[in-house]
Amino acid sequence: MMTGKKLFAKVYLWVILAILYAPIVFIAVFSFTEAKSLGNWTGFSVNLYKSLFSGNMQNSGGLISAVQNTLVIALIAASVATVMGTVAAIGIFNMRGKKKQTMQFLNNIPMINPDIITGVSLFLLFVFLHISQGYATVILAHITFCTPYVVLNVLPKLSQMNPNIYEAALDLGATPYQALRKVMIPSLRPGMISGFILSFTMSLDDFAVTFFTRGTIGLDTLSTYIYADARKGGLTPELKPLMTIIFLIILAVLLFINIRSAKNNNNKKK
Amino acid sequence: MTDRIINISHLSKSFPGGSKVLDDINLYIRKGEFLTLLGPSGCGKTTMLRMIAGFLQPDEGSITMDGKELTGVPPHLRPLNTVFQRYALFPHLDVYDNIAFGLKLKGVPEDEIDKRVSKVLKLVSMSDYEDRDVNSLSGGQQQRIAIARAIVNRPKVLLLDEPLAALDLKMRKDMQIELKEMHKKLGITFIYVTHDQEEALTLSDTIVVMNEGKIQQIGTPMDIYNEPVNSFVADFIGESNILNGTMIKDREVSFIGHDFKCVDEGFGENAPVDVVIRPEDVIIKSKLEGAQFTGKVKSCTFKGVHYEMFVDTDNGYEMMIQDYNSFEVGSTVGMSINPNDIQVMHKERVCNTFEGVMKSSDTVEFLGGEFKCLDTGLEAGDKVTVTVKFNKVDLLDHEDEAICTGNVVFILYKGDHYHLTIKTESGEKVWVDTDDIWDKNDLVGINILPKDIHITKTAENE
Repeated sequence: MMTGKKLFAKVYLWVILAILYAPIVFIAVFSFTEAKSLGNWTGFSVNLYKSLFSGNMQNSGGLISAVQNTLVIALIAASVATVMGTVAAIGIFNMRGKKKQTMQFLNNIPMINPDIITGVSLFLLFVFLHISQGYATVILAHITFCTPYVVLNVLPKLSQMNPNIYEAALDLGATPYQALRKVMIPSLRPGMISGFILSFTMSLDDFAVTFFTRGTIGLDTLSTYIYADARKGGLTPELKPLMTIIFLIILAVLLFINIRSAKNNNNKKK
Repeated sequence: MTDRIINISHLSKSFPGGSKVLDDINLYIRKGEFLTLLGPSGCGKTTMLRMIAGFLQPDEGSITMDGKELTGVPPHLRPLNTVFQRYALFPHLDVYDNIAFGLKLKGVPEDEIDKRVSKVLKLVSMSDYEDRDVNSLSGGQQQRIAIARAIVNRPKVLLLDEPLAALDLKMRKDMQIELKEMHKKLGITFIYVTHDQEEALTLSDTIVVMNEGKIQQIGTPMDIYNEPVNSFVADFIGESNILNGTMIKDREVSFIGHDFKCVDEGFGENAPVDVVIRPEDVIIKSKLEGAQFTGKVKSCTFKGVHYEMFVDTDNGYEMMIQDYNSFEVGSTVGMSINPNDIQVMHKERVCNTFEGVMKSSDTVEFLGGEFKCLDTGLEAGDKVTVTVKFNKVDLLDHEDEAICTGNVVFILYKGDHYHLTIKTESGEKVWVDTDDIWDKNDLVGINILPKDIHITKTAENE
């Protein structure tokens, strides 16, 4: 009986993992063949990688600028959200009672709110305020939905922090600004970094909000480019190696962070 | 005057919600002394320390240091440093950088920082720890670094906010001795906050006993222990028997149903007083001849150096007694007290007095409730003074049967009954003598029988 149960548990686990990772493996495998349509294996080849990096494909300019836009928007949005979210978290942390609870609740709503609603309402807001939509509105929109995640990541670091260390810095002769820079920020850094990474990835794969706030100037990020591409009939084959590369980069970053935090934990235990 | 380093006058602070945390505090601190602010939690001692450090602004009053006004000066410009209760070391810096933090901000040259850090590490016996991560240190080691970080700046005054409270007993005792030695070596004025009376007695040159935002007594440890000025101080510092007594005449006092010779004068004849007897001052013998009073041993507990006994006296009072010898439970013993060891204090009050208003000729409003009383012949709206004896206030478990409610804030055992201080919802205090056992912070209902309410019309001054 025991072995039957154990076997079932093992099989179940592997089935779940297979379902989760099958699409990624599928794309990665078919990025090494030349077939135009997905699912056709025409022999191993790295030509798609070659043409992706040489820019030697149809509409290559569109894809490359979409990748550039995505990275620039994600970088700016995540940086601004990290600064704003950290300041907001410090403010919320120092509130008392009802006010604090209300602010934390208000911070949580945008995260639960479906992207499509955030996108449409931002679109309506920009129209109402007569702001012409383009690069700037996309960045503003991304900052809007990223900031709450930074707040959520920094708040626990504040409660873990010894409440007296800010005062201790003042006591030793630091001005309030010096105390913030030399004591508060270093203590909050892990929360700020995880908030930044989360914001960056959220911005990277956002479609709904970007779609509604990019206006009509033809601005494309990776997600809107793929959407338009798919509607034109068939994905550009070079997307397959691109997806594989993005996945590998994310995997590397995740591994790096996990290994580092495991090391830090070990150091603390010593 | 010139040896005073800090002068505090008329310092008051209220927190939102209206409760007074500090109420008109006046205090001066001498250069180089070890002064301790001692009191139960919530007495205002930490608030006062935080005001001296500059983290809190007073509502009224001033703090001066070397004649210069401190109020309004931000904390980073004040020439004093603080050791915090939970160390408050900077977790992202190592030991060296923690200690050098203040010196670097002041722009002290690198080689001098090196010298001063290693000197101060030697002082707190933590040499060779410079490169250690502060999170890897034990509580006691972290506290040493916190002290080093403060004194490396050579402050004129060092503020210590319950620095040893988080350490275990053995470590605390060791650190007490080291702190005392450090104070002698450095010659810096120490202002120390603690709720631990033993720590205060061990360390201090001067103790300031505080309760409910007011200073109760200022004195040397000896003064405070041997001559407490009121029952709060007597109860808070050390163990004591606090008893109701009557000063028959100069040098003669009556309590627990016997007359005793004492050394106090000037209370007047037949004046009601509180008497404090320290448990170690009662001389206890198995011989009954020559004893001032007798009693039966109710319990006897070994406490390491001495035995602690509770004895029921011949007139029904309970006394706590400490002696090096043990006496068998149930045995009859004879006891006496030297005149020198009887501490007589003025009673702070002899009955409850309230301001009230008549609602009708036999109803009076006070303590936020309407009480029935005997027909007074006074008219509704008349302002009156109400007096009620301590033992005539009834305390009830059930709030719904009570006229008003309050919380027990202070309990004093008086040998044969409890003397409770109750704070009512209206913020007034009621003192009650009762045989029943209540716990601190219990919610109690208050009722008073009509015949126990004494009313006199307040003279109109208008």
